[in-house]
Amino acid sequence: MSRLKILTEHIDKPEITGIEGYIKHGGYRAVEKALKKMQPDEVTEEVKKSGLRGRGGAGFPTGMKWSFIFKGNDKPRYLLCNADESEPGTFKDRLLMEKIPHLLIEGMIASSFALGVKTAYIYIRGEYMYILHILQKAIDEAYAKGYLGENILGTTYSLDLHVHPGGGAYICGEETALIESLEGKRGNPRIKPPFPAVEGLWGCPTIVNNVETICKVPFIINEGGETYANIGIGASTGTKLISACGNINKPGVYEIELGVPVEEFIYSDEYCGGIKGGKQLKALVPGGSSVPILPNRLITKTAKGEPRLMSYESLSDGGFPTGSMLGSGGFIVFDEDQCIVRNTWNFSRFYHHESCGQCSPCREGTGWMEKILHRMEYGHGRMEDIDLLWDVQRKIEGNTICPFGDASAWPVAAAIRHFRDEFEWHVLHPAEATRRNYGMGRSAEPIEQVTA
Amino acid sequence: MPKVTIDNITIDVPPGTTILNAARMIGENVPPAMCYYSKLKGSGGKCRVCLVKVTKTSEQNPRGMPKLVASCVTQIADGMVVENITSPEVVEARKGVVELLLINHPLDCPVCDQAGECHLQDLSYEHGAATTRYDFGRRTFNKIDIGPYIQLHMTRCILCYRCVYTADQLTDGRVHGIINRGDAAEISTYIENIIDNDFSGNVIDVCPVGALTDRTFRFKSRVWFTKPMNAHRNCDKCSGKVTLWFQGEEVLRVTGRKDQYGEVEEFICNTCRFETKKKSDWVVEGHRRIDTHSVIAQNHLPYELDVVHPQIEQAQ
Repeated sequence: MSRLKILTEHIDKPEITGIEGYIKHGGYRAVEKALKKMQPDEVTEEVKKSGLRGRGGAGFPTGMKWSFIFKGNDKPRYLLCNADESEPGTFKDRLLMEKIPHLLIEGMIASSFALGVKTAYIYIRGEYMYILHILQKAIDEAYAKGYLGENILGTTYSLDLHVHPGGGAYICGEETALIESLEGKRGNPRIKPPFPAVEGLWGCPTIVNNVETICKVPFIINEGGETYANIGIGASTGTKLISACGNINKPGVYEIELGVPVEEFIYSDEYCGGIKGGKQLKALVPGGSSVPILPNRLITKTAKGEPRLMSYESLSDGGFPTGSMLGSGGFIVFDEDQCIVRNTWNFSRFYHHESCGQCSPCREGTGWMEKILHRMEYGHGRMEDIDLLWDVQRKIEGNTICPFGDASAWPVAAAIRHFRDEFEWHVLHPAEATRRNYGMGRSAEPIEQVTA
Repeated sequence: MPKVTIDNITIDVPPGTTILNAARMIGENVPPAMCYYSKLKGSGGKCRVCLVKVTKTSEQNPRGMPKLVASCVTQIADGMVVENITSPEVVEARKGVVELLLINHPLDCPVCDQAGECHLQDLSYEHGAATTRYDFGRRTFNKIDIGPYIQLHMTRCILCYRCVYTADQLTDGRVHGIINRGDAAEISTYIENIIDNDFSGNVIDVCPVGALTDRTFRFKSRVWFTKPMNAHRNCDKCSGKVTLWFQGEEVLRVTGRKDQYGEVEEFICNTCRFETKKKSDWVVEGHRRIDTHSVIAQNHLPYELDVVHPQIEQAQ
């Protein structure tokens, strides 16, 4: 069954990476239409009508975010594209930037026009250096064709677009840390308010949008906001890129219409193709490593017994502990052989390493969680460690400057909530827990010293 | 003027006032602050010990804020209602933050030069737990002499950023900052650099713990054995208004004058702080007012012990 593809329709065509191939397949029509036939506010209105929500993870309505941009002073405004895709399990934006870079550039031009921006930046993850070269080449082509620079397409609108590599720190994906980093400072999140839409890059009004969000804008301009709003389900309009990985037969990046049942996404041949080796499905992380893990009983059905759908609302279960989040779309599937404790430790290890260290709960708490999980995984855990771990994550959640603290606490909280018996098994059977081999060999890290 | 209610006490405050400063105006149950420093622009919001609960955001928005907020950086709105120590959630969160802060800060007050003047010591006493649940190895560092006057002991640093802001805002050519990230972050200077400028000594005054100490005073005495006096001198670099810490007739230490929240009233230069340590260099104004609850007040303020009348006397 062929489904609607907004972003990936032409992605397999080799010529689409170059500007000629992109134009041949209908590229840059949105720029022509926006700049020659529309007013900036009309573009924003169309985006509002579309119901497009930010695809970086938070899901905030994009049109509303754009309307917050402060217009009360003469300061320049900036549009920043957040291409710092660093969440474990999330690898969707790189597909767009690697295969169809002009879609992002077209989206940046149209979005910048709507926001009255004269200079825009693509802040790209440091590890994506090879993609930076692809983007730079595409930007150069766009300048040569007159889509960027002075008086674009003979209109009065001018735009400069730069691509800027980060140093490879996960925290720089947080919008205010991204701004600090772009300003040449240490990538520490800022305290909000003031929000970037009022005081962002170099103290000027700034909008930060994810790659996928910006790539949706050309379609919305070409086809209209209402057409986009008719795709999807409820307030989850349009399509979403999902990067599926883990124990599935067909890992990869899929563009889905929001509202597809999770069960269908996992088991249909069109998408993940079922669990590898015909094993049982054990758990699911639907939106990247920072979102709560779901146990088997809550993957295909919500707590109310309704089919679980790939949408913001359905996956969140109304904010109850039985739900998770669509997040950035990093879809990680675990089969029956996977160890939740080990996985939680692995995630926790990442968050410990990536904490910026600016605020106390996150700086000290992430390390503490990792050490407790490490000793549980390596056979030194105690039964009270489970409650201690629960308590430590509670001390972090909600008490930090930026959402990083929540991102480090949620996976731990959900793992304990849904898989407490597995944590207890680790305490009760330390030798067996230590002996297991996952085909990766034992970690070379020393076991934490237990002093009490 | 906007009206704010903190722990059931209502006050009118100027627009733009933060919750913390409004609480300071009330003067009762002031949230603690380890990283906020009213004299330093941009400070605050990092240590998270001043978290409070906003149960009503404003008159227009009667809903509370979903999470606890840092009172030092949150501005009040008209009609705001705040719970500080009246909220069990705040007390619990603060206790948690103190526990986390003490992971990598030893409570070895008897051997710390800051004992008696340490904000974390007060904080852990007032808001902390009696014991720790952290049983892993803690990070330790060698002491580093950064320049002729200052010693850095990172073991005690809580990364409040105050010294970085001080160096940034008071001195030319800042040479120190924070390197690494997460719990590996540490205060460091540029390679083989020392902190050496006319106002560098102020980083000692702003440090809330004993991480940055005065090399000319370190372990010469305990503060409660010294006698603080206000003094001044003509100085072409700063106001010259200081506190002298006497032992007998000898000046052991010179610091800025601090207010009741431990913040210096005026930053002073290194000449006043380190190079003028004779009594004859100064015009001594009189005793420094010290809070009676402070350990520094011990042996200095006249007080009388309660007279105990044993029951046996009454029986006779």
